[in-house]
Amino acid sequence: MNSLILSTGARLLTALFMVFSLYVLLRGHNAPGGGFIGGLIAACGLTIHAFAGGVAETRKALKTDPRNIAALGLVAALIAGLLPAFAGTEPFSGLWGEIAGLKLSNILLFDIGVYLAVFGGILTLVFALEDTLK
Amino acid sequence: MITETTSRPGIWSLLPALFAASLFGALLLALPAVLAGGTVQFGWDWLPALGIRLSFLIDGLSLTFALLISGIGSAVLLYASSYLAGHPHYLRFFLFLTSFMLSMLGLVLAADLIALFVFWELTSVTSYLLIGFVHDDPRARRNALQAMLVTGAGGLALLAGFILIGVAGGTWDLAELLAGEGLQAHPLYSGILVLILLGAFTKSAQFPFHFWLPNAMSAPTPVSAYLHSATMVKAGIYLLARLHPTLSGTAAWEVTLTCAGLMTAVMASLLAIRQTDLKTALAYTTLMALGTITLFLAGDTPYALTAAVTFLIVHSLYKAALFMVVGNIDHGTGTRDAESLGGLARKMPLTAVAAGLAALSMAGLPPFLGWMGKELLYAGAQDLSPAALITGGVLIANALMFAVAAIVALAPFYGPLKRTPHAPHEADWRMLAGPLLLGALGLLAGLLASGVQPLVDQTVTGSFAQSKAAGLHLWAGFNLPLLLSALTFLLGTVFYLNRSRLRLVLGALLERLPVFDRSWDRLLDRFRGFAGWQAELIQTGKLSHYLTVTFAVVGAVLLATVVLRLPQVRFDLSAPVVMWIIAAAIAGGAIFTLNPHSRLANIAGIGTVGIGVALVFILFGAPDVATTQLMVETLSAVLFGIAMLRLPGIRERRSGRRQLVHGAIAVSVGLSVTLIILAIAAHPLDRNLTTFFEENSYLLAHGLNIVNVILVDFRAFDTFGELTVVLLASIGAYALLKRRLPRGEAD
Repeated sequence: MNSLILSTGARLLTALFMVFSLYVLLRGHNAPGGGFIGGLIAACGLTIHAFAGGVAETRKALKTDPRNIAALGLVAALIAGLLPAFAGTEPFSGLWGEIAGLKLSNILLFDIGVYLAVFGGILTLVFALEDTLK
Repeated sequence: MITETTSRPGIWSLLPALFAASLFGALLLALPAVLAGGTVQFGWDWLPALGIRLSFLIDGLSLTFALLISGIGSAVLLYASSYLAGHPHYLRFFLFLTSFMLSMLGLVLAADLIALFVFWELTSVTSYLLIGFVHDDPRARRNALQAMLVTGAGGLALLAGFILIGVAGGTWDLAELLAGEGLQAHPLYSGILVLILLGAFTKSAQFPFHFWLPNAMSAPTPVSAYLHSATMVKAGIYLLARLHPTLSGTAAWEVTLTCAGLMTAVMASLLAIRQTDLKTALAYTTLMALGTITLFLAGDTPYALTAAVTFLIVHSLYKAALFMVVGNIDHGTGTRDAESLGGLARKMPLTAVAAGLAALSMAGLPPFLGWMGKELLYAGAQDLSPAALITGGVLIANALMFAVAAIVALAPFYGPLKRTPHAPHEADWRMLAGPLLLGALGLLAGLLASGVQPLVDQTVTGSFAQSKAAGLHLWAGFNLPLLLSALTFLLGTVFYLNRSRLRLVLGALLERLPVFDRSWDRLLDRFRGFAGWQAELIQTGKLSHYLTVTFAVVGAVLLATVVLRLPQVRFDLSAPVVMWIIAAAIAGGAIFTLNPHSRLANIAGIGTVGIGVALVFILFGAPDVATTQLMVETLSAVLFGIAMLRLPGIRERRSGRRQLVHGAIAVSVGLSVTLIILAIAAHPLDRNLTTFFEENSYLLAHGLNIVNVILVDFRAFDTFGELTVVLLASIGAYALLKRRLPRGEAD
């Protein structure tokens, strides 16, 4: 699509979408948001990018195939799920610790995994459709 | 076939044989305890909730089998280390053969029915790999598949039978089961018997499932020597023997085993003498032996059972040795056709010795163990009914065995030397040690029968619960068995001398009988035809068909539910004005979607519906769900857009009748879903779960956003499953889309 308005706006919008998606991901535990929504927002952001500048540009900007991102997400979620098993509790249960006043848990890693898997999965689909039906 | 190689196998290639020998040694450690009348048991809990254990039981019967398996296994592995030297899949072969040996040991030692079944299936799988080892030969692949399907089908029956035994006997444990009263009087007995016999008969190739065994000869010779002497095919025999105390003694048991065993034994020995291929001839004699053992397991007297156990040992020893001898002949001359072999004794003296030892035991000549085996068969036959018929059948089978033993062990080694594909040469020590040792054991065990007697005693008295076992004697006085033996030798000699004429007569006779092997192919073809017909019926490959069927089923089921249950529906039209506006937008969007002229309008319509639903979520205070809905709507509008805008314009191709059908399906789905939602809304909401999550979200999971806490903590495992689905769906779509690209463009 050759539209100056879109391609100019897309730069801003993509950046905004990406930052917002991270914000949504991190606040998700206590306020509306989370990995799933975050991943969807990020995927929307890059879809706009792909519309404005073409899939080839977006692929270049992404540096890696979205399938790798999705797989990484699944692995992250799996590791987060299995960690408690090594700590002696049941797999896929919560494990909390505190580092310098900041409460951290394997749940965050799991949520990041969800984010990456949704993001990568949807982008795989969008890119493949764009490639095929160009 | 096997080609000559100059490369000598390294010393490491002895490792599998040493491993098998060490297993044999370990099993010998259990011998004193078993001979003292005890058993050795050990095991671990496997599925404690179902009472299933991975447990093992060593008693007379299982030790006899285990010693044969590991002992002959060492000989075969040693043999194969030279026979297959230089083969491109040398290591793979040893992996398969060793796995097979371990599965087989597990099978005979298992004390838990379920564990036994697992090992049983493992032997089917590993033997499939072994029979089809020469996998570039379509015959080998076909025969491997045939063996796998026949024994696998039997395996399924066996599993059902085991479960019935578990239900009837109240335990999976064999030791407990054998100590119990037996299941002969249980109402489930007939079902159990049919299923167990199906499993045992398919595995041990009893008539009418005998056809796969001769085909399994497409395996390399060491496999035949192993699978068709001591193991695989003996698994069914083992099972019959193992469950003998629990299931035997009824008329059904006796009649079935007698008929199948006698039929198999006589038929196989007639077929055996027809063969000129040495290996195929041996395959049929294996069938004969299996039939004979089955026949004698029909009985429930010391003589019949001692005969079965002794003949089992005799057969394992000589048959493994003879297969290896045939392998040596094949290896040394390039052929194993009885007609084109002769005078090899001068060129292959040690192979000739091994062949002689094994064949004399097979022919049942004194003082070999085979002699006692045969005497016991005749003595035991008197305890079976109808004794005259069985004695006659066994006599004919034994006489034919005598003749086949002569064909295999005399004809190739004596007489004038014939021209063979390559000049005969003797095999190396690895290929001689096994057959010589096993042949010599047949002689030694005959001379020192007192060495074998204690184990046979324990098997018959311990595992079969008989009061005593029959004795193994070289000289039992002038009696009926002695007379029958003399008759056997006489008849056998006549058969051997007239073998050419006999082959002609048998050939003419067998022409008229149905060939099971061909029927099998026809059956398989019909099955494939049926599968193809069914696939074409269901899988049309047209998206509109799939959607029609899916929604028709959904609509029918929902409508049926509504009609059958007639739920209470409450129409409550009181709602704020905002709701009415949103509802109007959703309805408008839905109608707009039906626009038959523009795809863009369709997409816009669907988007309107989706955004309307998102607004409803916002109004009901579910921002998470609403955001997700909005994002999903946006992305699907984009994806639809990419796909649909590149399609040609809409043109109605459906017939009026099809349109009507589609309309009816749409209306019934919409109507019933609406009614069901209204019915649900009429009931007060069950707040149990909501209350739980409200109370525990922060306490247990340290999160205030309940939706997110459920997703990533309370129901994290479900979410993980969904992630896998997302990933698989996108990769699946990716693969489908990339396939449509012309070659070279796909990355």
